[in-house]
Amino acid sequence: MEDIFKEIEPQVYKSQISVPYQWWAGETASKFFITLRDEKKILGTECPQCAKVFCPPKKTCPFCYVDTKNWKEVGPKGKVITYTVVYRQLAALKKNVPVAYGLIQLEGSANAMLHYIEGIEPEKISKGMEVEAVFADEKSASIHAISYFRPVK
Amino acid sequence: MAKRRVAIVGTGQTHHRSHRPDVNGQELIHEAVTRALEDADLSIKNIDAIIIGNMDHFEGINYVDCWSIDGSGGYHKPVIKLTTGGTTGSTLAIGGYHFVASGMFDKVLIIGWEKNSESDTTGAITTAFDPVWDRLVFAGAISGLAVEAQSYMAKYGATDRDGARVSVRDRKHACNNPHAQLRKEVTLEEVLASPMLADPIHLLDVCPRTDGACAVIMASEDYAEKITSTPDWIWATANRHKYTYLGDVNWGELDSMAEASKDLFKKCGITEPRKQIDVIEMYQPYSFAGIIWIEDMGIVPRGKGAEYIWSGATDMGGELPINPSGGVIACNPIGATGLIRCAEAALQVMGKAEARQVPDVNFAVSTGFGGCMWTDMLLHGKKKPNL
Repeated sequence: MEDIFKEIEPQVYKSQISVPYQWWAGETASKFFITLRDEKKILGTECPQCAKVFCPPKKTCPFCYVDTKNWKEVGPKGKVITYTVVYRQLAALKKNVPVAYGLIQLEGSANAMLHYIEGIEPEKISKGMEVEAVFADEKSASIHAISYFRPVK
Repeated sequence: MAKRRVAIVGTGQTHHRSHRPDVNGQELIHEAVTRALEDADLSIKNIDAIIIGNMDHFEGINYVDCWSIDGSGGYHKPVIKLTTGGTTGSTLAIGGYHFVASGMFDKVLIIGWEKNSESDTTGAITTAFDPVWDRLVFAGAISGLAVEAQSYMAKYGATDRDGARVSVRDRKHACNNPHAQLRKEVTLEEVLASPMLADPIHLLDVCPRTDGACAVIMASEDYAEKITSTPDWIWATANRHKYTYLGDVNWGELDSMAEASKDLFKKCGITEPRKQIDVIEMYQPYSFAGIIWIEDMGIVPRGKGAEYIWSGATDMGGELPINPSGGVIACNPIGATGLIRCAEAALQVMGKAEARQVPDVNFAVSTGFGGCMWTDMLLHGKKKPNL
């Protein structure tokens, strides 16, 4: 293998693609985030046909393909649908390992929200475990208005 | 070759705007899809497969076919993503035609969309160019088009006033189209006095950046005639890619369109396009292309494009109206733009183009253009094509 460059001097050009983005959350997600920021309430949207409540909220029910109508408060308690614990520190991770991610199905919601699970030793996390939202001190209209989910005592 | 006939039976578009902060991408898509379903009087349950596309890097979402499900209605359906740069929308239409013409699917939903407001268009487009050669020197889309215009002007003595006349036409036509982003007439003087972006292209010579989505439903013959009494039959499609590097282009002519046109017209028995075609929806991202590319299409001889434009022949009410919708200069959600041309041509054939309707359309042409000078074309007809 070491001989493949014997006769040539390969040139490699390093570069970076820089494309700035700004994503519009849209009216539906904006209402969710603003309510979360200002009232520390977690909302879902309800499908008028199948009556499923979605949190994260959806403007359109993907199963019935009709617009959701009513806003319903969900959580702040829920259960861990599934989870993993990350032990290898990767550049894209925003926290130091070990980091526990879980899919949290909030009470009253048909779907689940991805978030951190903290306040528990990672090896003690289990599927089906009852958890509750811990709201951040710093106000923000984003998913980080919830710091993490912790076990219900 | 097609195994069976294919027709467009419904179309839907958003009201395209520079920014749509009230919706995310999926919700924008949903607007176009529900309008297309309403137009065809179908429900999402009637759709057998979905083809969706947008520009690479524009929204920074890599698995759009999957991500868009909430908006596209693709839950538990076959969905495929196509993306070919500027031609994305027209490639989507050609892909939909292949899906149905091949006998694989009966009713296909085709979706093109873009939220241009979410990224830096020039930065994203630059990724289309070779990273070791052209990309180190060149950026964006406008300068390549300017080179084409300069080459043409040097060859045939056209002026920037000729280009401006095309912009005046398209921007006037756009006033008839409630879906167009820019609906304001401009004068020749205003075009020529607008800021110079890349010589000879002024700001008002070139397309804007737009948030918008378009959906088109194609069906096989069995279904098409049951869905609508005025199907838009797809007679043929043609596509040509030409080159990789900017230095390989035959600047001043669009070879890919010349060859795609020959192919398209031969397949359909069109021998005198100027007489036989009633309307063209051209993917014309800047004004000078409106002169150059009608020569490539064989509408007029080489060097005669400007004269034909000045005669008024391509204005509404003229011999061969071009871009009754206002075209790309008035509205450009890039991943949707080519599909909008196809949808607008379909509206013309179906007689549903309202204030922008050209009378008695038997044949319409829609085109797609990509920044590396490639071309897609579709021929739409009122009568059924021969198989």
